[in-house]
Amino acid sequence: MPRIVVDVMPKPEILDPQGKAIVGALPRLGFTAFSAVRQGKRFELTVDGEVTEEILAQARNAAETLLSNPVIEDVVNVEVVEA
Amino acid sequence: MTELPLIGEAVAVAAHGSDIRQLTGAKIGVVTFPGTLDDRDAVRAVRLAGATPVALWHADTTLGDVDAVVIPGGFSYGDYLRAGAISRFAPLMSKIIDAANSDARLPVLGICNGFQILTESHLLPGSMIKNDHLKFMCRDQVLRVENNTTAWTGDYAAGQEITVPLKNQDGQYIADEKTLDALEAEGRVVFRYVGWNPNGSRRDIAGIANAAGNVVGLMPHPEHAVEAGFGPEDGSGTEGLGFFTSVLNKIVGDNK
Repeated sequence: MPRIVVDVMPKPEILDPQGKAIVGALPRLGFTAFSAVRQGKRFELTVDGEVTEEILAQARNAAETLLSNPVIEDVVNVEVVEA
Repeated sequence: MTELPLIGEAVAVAAHGSDIRQLTGAKIGVVTFPGTLDDRDAVRAVRLAGATPVALWHADTTLGDVDAVVIPGGFSYGDYLRAGAISRFAPLMSKIIDAANSDARLPVLGICNGFQILTESHLLPGSMIKNDHLKFMCRDQVLRVENNTTAWTGDYAAGQEITVPLKNQDGQYIADEKTLDALEAEGRVVFRYVGWNPNGSRRDIAGIANAAGNVVGLMPHPEHAVEAGFGPEDGSGTEGLGFFTSVLNKIVGDNK
C-alpha cells in the first residue's frame, strides 16, 4: 500500500522550545557534536490503491489546512513512498 | 442548567449587587468538546453573572438562540496534532465562525484551549506554542486590562489590574512582527501579563481581540475567579466575573 509522507517543521524564525530542550539534553549523554536541534512532525497517509495527481493534491491541501498551522509551521516535504 | 446550586452565593450577591445576579433573559452558550475541562466552571460563571447558560456540544449543527458563546479551556482532542487544531473543524465551530463574522457580531470568548481554538479558526491572529520554560504552569496571574471597549471587558477600567488563575503548557503567544505591530496600533492587545511573563509570550500578551472587539481570547482563566473564597487569594478573588457581566450588559444594552 503506498503512503504519502508529509513533513512539517516549525518556521525557521520561530524558536522551537522542544528542540531547545533536546539540544540541552544531548551533551549530558556524551553527544557533543550538535549545536542545535529542531523538532518537526512526520505524517504518513496510507492510500488504498494508486496515488493519482488528484490524491497527491488532496494530501498537499490537507498538509496546509489541517496537518500544519501556517502561522508557526512550514510543510517542508510531501512525497509518495511505496510500501 | 439555570438553577445551579451556587457555592458562596450570598458572598457573590453582596459583592456584585442583586441587580446583576437576577436572570436577565440573556443566553450564553458554553461549548463542550471531547476533552474540555472547564465547561462546568464557565457555566457557573455565566449563571453567577446573571445569564442563562446553554450547554452546546461540538457536534451540534446549530447555535440556537444564544446571545454569546464561551469556548472554555481544557485539552480538546488531547491537544493531538496542535492544541485546538482538530476542534477547529467541529461542526459547531463553523457556525460560531459565521456568527462571529456576521453583521450581528456574536460575542465569542475563548479561554486557554478556547483561545487556541480561536487562533486555529483564524478568528484571531497568531498562535500559541509551548511555554518557553517547557513546564506546565499553574499560578495566580496579574493581568492588565489594556482595552475595556471589547464585548467582554466593558465592566473593567482601562489599565485596571486583575488577578485570575493561569494554567497551561502551550501558552506562549506568538505572531510575526507585522501582526504584533498591527494589534498594538489597533488597540487589540486586550490583556498583558504584569510583573512576570509566565510563558515568554510576545510583548507580554495574555489576550487579544478581533478588529470588531466581539471576539476575545486569552490564556488565563477568568471563569475560575468568580466566587469569593474559591478564586485567587490576592485581590477579591472574583476579578474574573467582569468578563461575564460585561458581555451581559452589552447584550442587554443592545436589546434595549
